[in-house]
Amino acid sequence: MASIEIQGVGKSYGAMPVLHHVDLSIQDGEFVVLIGPSGCGKSTLLRMIAGLEGITSGAIRIGGQVVNELAPKDRDIAMVFQSYALYPHMTVRDNMSYSLRLRGTPVERMTSVVSAAASKLGLDALLDRKPRTLSGGQRQRVAMGRSIVRQPKAFLFDEPLSNLDARLREQMRVEIKKLHRELGTTSIYVTHDQVEAMTLADRIVAMNGGVIQQVGTPLDLYERPTNLFVAGFIGSPAINILEGRLRCDGERRSVEIGSGERISTAPLAHGHDGQDVRVGIRPEDVQISPKADGGPTAHVELVEPMGLGTIVHIRATHHALKAFVLERVDYPVGTSISYELPASKLHIFDAMTGQRFPE
Amino acid sequence: MKSSAYSRSYRFLHYGLLAFYVIFALFPLYWLLKVSVTPNDLLYSEGIRLWPSRPSLAHYTFVLAHSDFPLFFKNSVIVSGSTAVLVTLVAALSGYAMSRFDFRGKMWLVGLMLVTQMFPLVMLVAPIFKLFSPLGLTNSLTGLVIVYTAFNVPFATFLMQSFFDGIPKDLEEAAMIDGASRFRAFQQIILPLTLPGVAATLGFVFTAAWSELLFALMLVSKAGASTFPVGLLSFVSKFSVDFGQMMAAGVLALIPACLFFLLIQRYLVQGLTAGAVKG
Repeated sequence: MASIEIQGVGKSYGAMPVLHHVDLSIQDGEFVVLIGPSGCGKSTLLRMIAGLEGITSGAIRIGGQVVNELAPKDRDIAMVFQSYALYPHMTVRDNMSYSLRLRGTPVERMTSVVSAAASKLGLDALLDRKPRTLSGGQRQRVAMGRSIVRQPKAFLFDEPLSNLDARLREQMRVEIKKLHRELGTTSIYVTHDQVEAMTLADRIVAMNGGVIQQVGTPLDLYERPTNLFVAGFIGSPAINILEGRLRCDGERRSVEIGSGERISTAPLAHGHDGQDVRVGIRPEDVQISPKADGGPTAHVELVEPMGLGTIVHIRATHHALKAFVLERVDYPVGTSISYELPASKLHIFDAMTGQRFPE
Repeated sequence: MKSSAYSRSYRFLHYGLLAFYVIFALFPLYWLLKVSVTPNDLLYSEGIRLWPSRPSLAHYTFVLAHSDFPLFFKNSVIVSGSTAVLVTLVAALSGYAMSRFDFRGKMWLVGLMLVTQMFPLVMLVAPIFKLFSPLGLTNSLTGLVIVYTAFNVPFATFLMQSFFDGIPKDLEEAAMIDGASRFRAFQQIILPLTLPGVAATLGFVFTAAWSELLFALMLVSKAGASTFPVGLLSFVSKFSVDFGQMMAAGVLALIPACLFFLLIQRYLVQGLTAGAVKG
C-alpha cells in the first residue's frame, strides 16, 4: 500500500495536449474515482500512473518514489481493464498466478494465495476453466482476482464495469467496495458512470478537457459543485440550469429568472446588479404542488415514473424544469401546476466563466 | 409448403455451385494423378478417359529410383523449410513492431516494403546474379534461401501485422503490469495467441518457396543444387516430354506441401482469441 502523488503532470501527443498540469495527492488506502466524459483525459492519467503512457511533464510518485521512468512491471501496481484482458490461452488459475510465477513465488505459497483469492471472489469452481467459457461477470471477477493475489501498492481500475449489464454492475460495485474495505489498498477508479463514482469513492476527481474541475467527497461535488460542468455532470436526473440575472438591492441579493420572477439568495461575496448568471437547482429541490397557491405556475409536459419516485417535466413561460418527487404522482399532460425554487437550494454560477459565485 | 420447396431448391443450388467450384479447382490435380498412373503406351492410345484401363506405378518407381528427383526433393525441403522459418521469425518481430510501435519513418518503411512487391521479379534476376556470383552464392541453396527470404519478408510482415492488430493491446499491457517485460509479454502472451497467424505465414511462405522456378532456374545451373521445380524441367527433352514421369514427380512434390498444411491447419482454423476480451 502506498500514497500516490501527482505533481504538475501534463501529457501531449505531438502538439496536442490532453492533460494540463494535473495536481492530485491520494492518501494511502484511499479510494479515488476519476470521473468525466469520454476524452477528458481520465484514462490517460490512469495509464500514466500505471506506466503504460509516458509522462510529458511533471512527476508521479508512488509511495514517495518518483516512477516517471519506471517500467510498469517495476511499479508494483495492479490494473483491472475494461476489457478484462484475461489471457485466453491460460486457465483461470494460470491467469491469476501469472504475476506470481513471473516473480518466482514458491509453488505452495502461490497455490494458497490463489485459492484464497478465488474463494474470496467465489471462483473456486472455475479455476481450471478457460476465460472463453466464463460469463462477463465471472471474467470480471477473475480480472480482479489477478490483481489481488499480488498485494500491490495500488489498484487501478479502468472502467471495469462498463461491459456488464445493469444488474451485474450493481452487484460488482458492491463487491468492489467490500473488497476495498477488506484489503484497504489505495485504489484509483476511472468511470464515466456517476452512480459508481458517488457510491464507491472516498473522493471524486471530476475532469473535463484534460483539466481537473473539482476534487472532493461525493457529497461535496453534489451539494457544492464548483462550476457548471461539475453541476451538470454529477447527479441523475441532471440538475436544472436556468438563465438569470443578479439583482442587488442594497444588501439584499436576489436572482431574477424568466419573466421577472425573483428569488432572494444567500448573501454573495460579489457580483453586480444586472450581471448574467446561471441558476442551478437539483430536481429533488424543485417543489411542485397541483394547487395554485399564488406562486409561479407551469404546465406538466411529461411524467416519468421511476418506481422509487417520479420525474415531472414542467414548462413555464421562459424555461423548462425537471422536478423529482418521491410520491407516485400521475398528472395528466397539460395540468397547470405551481412550483417553488427554495432560495437555500440554488446554485448560482457566473454566466461568463461558469464558476460558482463565492458566498 | 411453398417455402420448403423453395428452401430445397435453394439448397440444391447452394451445394450444386459449391460442387462445381470444388470440381473446377481440383480437376487439374486429379488429372495430374491420372496421368501419373497411366503407362506410357496407353497415354496417347486410349483417348480421353477418366481413369486408365491398366493403371501402373511404373512412373513412380522410375522417378524415385532412376532420376535425380530425390535429391531435388531434398533440396526443395531444405530451401522451403529454411525460408519459411526464417521469414516467419523476421516477420513476427517486424509485424509486431509495425502493429504496436510508432516510430520515425514508419510510413516510409511501409512504402518501401510495398515498392518491393511492385517489381516484376524478372527485372531483378540479372542484378541479383551479378551480386551473388562473386559472393559464391550462385549454385547454392543458401543463395536461394536469401533471395526467397528477402522477397517474402515484406508480405509476411503485413500478414503478421494484421494478426497482431487483431490481438487487443490490453493483453500485453496486462502482462506488463503483472510483471513481464515487453519481450516476455510478446513471447508468453501474444505469440501463443498469434499461432494461427504464424501457421498461415509459414504455410504461405513455404508454398511460395516450394513452387518458385525463376530464381531457382537462373541462380542454379548444376544439378546438385537444383530444386524440385527445376528438376521437373528435366523431364522435358528436346524431342519429347515425359508426361508420365513428370506427373509422378508432381504428385510426389505435393506430399510435403499437403503434410505441412495438415500439420498447421489446426492453428489456421482456431480462433484462439475468443474470450480474451469482453464477451
